[in-house]
Amino acid sequence: MADRMFTVLIWAAALLVSAAFVWLLGDLVWRGVDRLSFSFLFSEPLNAGREGGIAPILISTLLILSVALATAIPLGLGAAVWLAEYTRRGGIFGQTVRLSLDVLAGVPSIVFGLFGYAFFCSYLNMGFSILSGGLTLGCMILPIFIRTIEVGLSAVSDDWRRGAQALGMTRAAALRHILIPSAAPALGAGLLLGIGRATAETAALIFTSGYVDRTPESLLDSGRALAVHIYELSMNVTGGDQAAYASALVLIVLIIAMNAGALAFTDRWLSRRITP
Amino acid sequence: MNDEQATIYTVGNVESGPPCCDPVPHLSVRDLSVSYGETTVLDEVSLDIYKGCITALIGPSGCGKTSFLSALNRLTDLIPTARVEGRAHLEGVNVLDPRLDVLSLRRKVGMIFQRPNPFPLTIRRNLELPLRENGIRRRDLVEYKIQTALRDVGLWEEVRDRLDHPALALSGGQQQRLCIARALVLEPSVLLMDEPCSALDPLSSGVVEELIQRLRGRYTVVIVTHNLAQARRIANYAAFFWMKERVGKLIEFGQCRPLFETPEHPLTAAYVSGLSG
Repeated sequence: MADRMFTVLIWAAALLVSAAFVWLLGDLVWRGVDRLSFSFLFSEPLNAGREGGIAPILISTLLILSVALATAIPLGLGAAVWLAEYTRRGGIFGQTVRLSLDVLAGVPSIVFGLFGYAFFCSYLNMGFSILSGGLTLGCMILPIFIRTIEVGLSAVSDDWRRGAQALGMTRAAALRHILIPSAAPALGAGLLLGIGRATAETAALIFTSGYVDRTPESLLDSGRALAVHIYELSMNVTGGDQAAYASALVLIVLIIAMNAGALAFTDRWLSRRITP
Repeated sequence: MNDEQATIYTVGNVESGPPCCDPVPHLSVRDLSVSYGETTVLDEVSLDIYKGCITALIGPSGCGKTSFLSALNRLTDLIPTARVEGRAHLEGVNVLDPRLDVLSLRRKVGMIFQRPNPFPLTIRRNLELPLRENGIRRRDLVEYKIQTALRDVGLWEEVRDRLDHPALALSGGQQQRLCIARALVLEPSVLLMDEPCSALDPLSSGVVEELIQRLRGRYTVVIVTHNLAQARRIANYAAFFWMKERVGKLIEFGQCRPLFETPEHPLTAAYVSGLSG
């Protein structure tokens, strides 16, 4: 009897979670799909976004995301390798870095926004720009990215490290050919978490990349990200609700598509690491 | 590479080589001590390892046999707290010299571990990677060396049709033989083996043991084993280690048969007859 109750509870929890997601998605589709069209995706917003499309916003979003990933991936990989392979286990410095990363990962995004504004926009004179926004997002996703990869690398069997060393292979070669490919699933997970957070980010971008809805001409131009656009339409533009729903639908589809892309990428990498 | 050339080194050819048990020291170890932090695990070991022979290191767990082995190819460098003192001359070079290029040392002194550790790559990649990392990139030469190594360990017939299959799909014994092939592909002169058969089933263990016997003459083999019968079957020389006041020491070293049949030291006598250890 108790077992039965338990089963029912577990199923109920799972159903509740999926129901919430289905409801959210259904609501978005219901209210936004009418507005969604080819021209919505490929035209400029008119009348503060009530009419027209989101083409410049999509471009800005992708540019910001590219800047964020282009900085976070190499830096994050390097830091994770250092933490997992080069710090002595239990060493003070490594522990301090780990702790700081865990604290940083929990810092609200608005704080990153303020930091980005103070550091990139003002101190480094980048102004409200795609570059400032992207770099701020890069900082924001770095901690979780680093820690995910580090945990993945630490889980790789020490037998392979010793085996590679005993064959006269350099540390770099062992990392490149054996250890990092073996940690590819962790790399993928870190990438997914990072992309998800970065694409959906609003607070950190309002202060850094701004909300000009023109098509940016360079990375030093201001640009409005999709999430900022949705916020703007639903909060500050009366009669912008339908466009907001359509934009939100685009955002969700974008995130799902990018997740699938990241998965495919790590899968391909994974196939280099051959396990039965 | 044509077939005729490729078959020069077959399973049989490993047996040929310089006559074994010439008492020519290949590795001369003097006053070797290993400690981890404050704990000394091995104290002042001196012995000669003879060229082309199989030297077995026997003794109970924890008496420093594996540390001795790891010191000889400087794998102890990987443990931050490890400190190695003494000298060990290989072909006139002190391998314990901190200025020594350890990567080229490890190419000359191969190592086989207790648990088979093929890389999570294809069978071919497992052998190709160490070659490429050591500067051998010519396609036909790489192919030739891979085939030769696989023949030497008797794996060629078993895997020739699935070189591009995952190495981890092989059985435990095959994996261990692949690891030996991976060490042989770099053409080392010394092979260190840390209980290479203990993680294998009896059948595979027998195959690997037979392989080790075939390596005699062409390679100088130092093998740690807990299997006394195995040591007796395959070794030319044996070194008996024992813990004295929690520190590993070399008690007796000599030709294998006399050490087992007429040991000089009472500790050795008790251990080989199964009375202690």
